[in-house]
Amino acid sequence: MMENVSFATAGAHARAPEMPVKMFGRKVEVFYGQKQALHGVDLEIPERQVTALIGPSGCGKSTFLRCLNRMNDTVAIARVVGDIRLDGEDIYDKSIDVVELRARVGMVFQKPNPFPKSIFENVAYGPRIHGLFKNKAHLQEIVETSLKRAGLFEEVKDRLDEPGTGLSGGQQQRLCIARAIAVSPEVILMDEPCSALDPIATATVEELIDELKQNYTIVIVTHSMQQAARVSQRTAMFHLGRIVEVGPTEKMFSNPDDKRTQDYITGRFG
Amino acid sequence: MTDIPASSRLAGAPRSESAVSDIRSGLSRRKSAQTRLKIYGIVAIVFALTMLGILVGSVVSTSIPAWTQTQVRLDVTVPDDETPNYRSLVNDSLVAAFPQAERDRAALRRFTGILSNGAQFWLRDELQASGAAPGSTVSIWLPVSDPFEQLYEGVISPSTPENRRPLNDQQIADFQSLQQQDRIRSVFDWGLITNADSRFPELAGLKGGLIGSAFLMLVCLCVSVPVGVGAAVYLEEFAPKNKFTDFIEINVNNLAAVPSIVFGLLGLALFLGFLGMPRSAPLVGGLVLAIMTLPTIIITTRAALKAVPPSIREAARGIGASEMQVIAQHVLPLALPGILTGVIIGLAQAIGETAPLLLIGMNAFVTSAPTSMLEASTTLPTQIYIWFDSPERGFVARTSAAICVLLIVLSVMNLFAIVLRRRFERRW
Repeated sequence: MMENVSFATAGAHARAPEMPVKMFGRKVEVFYGQKQALHGVDLEIPERQVTALIGPSGCGKSTFLRCLNRMNDTVAIARVVGDIRLDGEDIYDKSIDVVELRARVGMVFQKPNPFPKSIFENVAYGPRIHGLFKNKAHLQEIVETSLKRAGLFEEVKDRLDEPGTGLSGGQQQRLCIARAIAVSPEVILMDEPCSALDPIATATVEELIDELKQNYTIVIVTHSMQQAARVSQRTAMFHLGRIVEVGPTEKMFSNPDDKRTQDYITGRFG
Repeated sequence: MTDIPASSRLAGAPRSESAVSDIRSGLSRRKSAQTRLKIYGIVAIVFALTMLGILVGSVVSTSIPAWTQTQVRLDVTVPDDETPNYRSLVNDSLVAAFPQAERDRAALRRFTGILSNGAQFWLRDELQASGAAPGSTVSIWLPVSDPFEQLYEGVISPSTPENRRPLNDQQIADFQSLQQQDRIRSVFDWGLITNADSRFPELAGLKGGLIGSAFLMLVCLCVSVPVGVGAAVYLEEFAPKNKFTDFIEINVNNLAAVPSIVFGLLGLALFLGFLGMPRSAPLVGGLVLAIMTLPTIIITTRAALKAVPPSIREAARGIGASEMQVIAQHVLPLALPGILTGVIIGLAQAIGETAPLLLIGMNAFVTSAPTSMLEASTTLPTQIYIWFDSPERGFVARTSAAICVLLIVLSVMNLFAIVLRRRFERRW
């Protein structure tokens, strides 16, 4: 029981031992105006693993996720306190350019949001704005590789000029993943990426996440316990703006230490 | 089997029975309310269409005489003089047509009155254009003066008592003899578009007004679009939300409701009084209209920017687009159809605006079309105002014709707005 407390407050020991820490947050507090959304969250995100953030609605898991690439910057009333580091660098430091940070920490959103442009241009947009390609052929190659990694290339290779908005929901979400990985990020944040998809599309995206973890560090927010169990190696349970429990997914789902985690996983609240 | 549910319903639910009948009695009331609403709508639309029909119908029917020009054919001997006296040339040609006028100066004056006062200049232009050899005789059609045009078009009837019409019996007889000689015709009057203003209705045209309005629109577009869109982008995307920006927002909205004549006063004080710009100049008119159009453009542009889904902004930011790139590459292109519509609505509003232009002297009588932004000029609406104010009878039709031209210009602009909107929306 004592050890659990140290998990919840320090959150330092439960990572899979073979992977180094890619990102971590310490004593992260977020305020939306007067309202405090996060109360001192500590979390470590191991490299090239999938970390799942679970918890009932409004528990702060999306808020924490959006701190990791400073998407909260655009919310005028949001204020972030605490220490969040990527490879040991404080991402809220003045010397860090948010544009560079977001190129290193990509994001996939809840609702598929391709640009109203062609499939090609959707994927090429990131490399274009960051100047990541040498010539046209190279750009073509980047787009192709990204689409292949996102498992979409075979389906769209004959219609790269068609608008990305014309694809099905699942395809759109994979297009968004391709768009995110086209700038070769180190970390990919996914905010309930499958909540707008049907079960078949969800399965495809989950398989994709499983493959992507070989190259990328992934943090995923999900409402689906099964999804967390299927795709993640580590799970953090949020409740009322705090981390209740964090540990290897297998342990969390088979033998959680905290009563609330158990209740949530078994569907008694949430 | 079938009577069981019926009996159980009867036995078990007397209250729900009354609820059903309540609902039923209410149903007919709700239906009749819906029907009434529909009828109101139809009546309103029919009323609006009728009014529009009456307006357009009366304007178009009044304008009909203005679209044609009545002309008289004279046989003119081309002079070999370097600088001929075209006035006497006209008189000579009239004498050729009416031999009785040779000695009778009163008769000659009467015949001269049939022709437009501008006939001599018309003759000069026609002769110079024809390039006929000196000494030869050519047939030239010259415009008749306003009352005779009215007579030919039936606006003035010979059957009205002589003292109640502008032409006496003798004049009518003269004209009829010309008609018998087959010397009168009526042609489409391009002069309505290609001439500038004139004191004589048969020669007055809209060229000055059209070019003046075009200049005004150009100035207005060049000033109000960059300023308006820039202000809207700043207010919507960058400005901090505080009391001061709220204050600005309220003021922009208030500005849209300020009567247009106030903008005329502002233009008079600022551009003419303080900056010393020339009166009646299209540049000044355009600037005044630009200030007047600004609130419309700012408000519509902000609405268009607001309507761009936030998911697109998040998507672009999530890849690492800077705030500038998010706006320039995603938000503005997506808001473009809305912005364009706002711009064209603003311009269409501006092109019909009269009151502020009167204050900066754009109702001046200018007989030549402007060739620069600083020359005195009229505009379409002020031209309508000038003609409406003129006593000559021919200007009644001219006024209506000018209104028709303005309505056509407005319709074309609105059509353009719709086409542009469709075109850009297809990419979404």
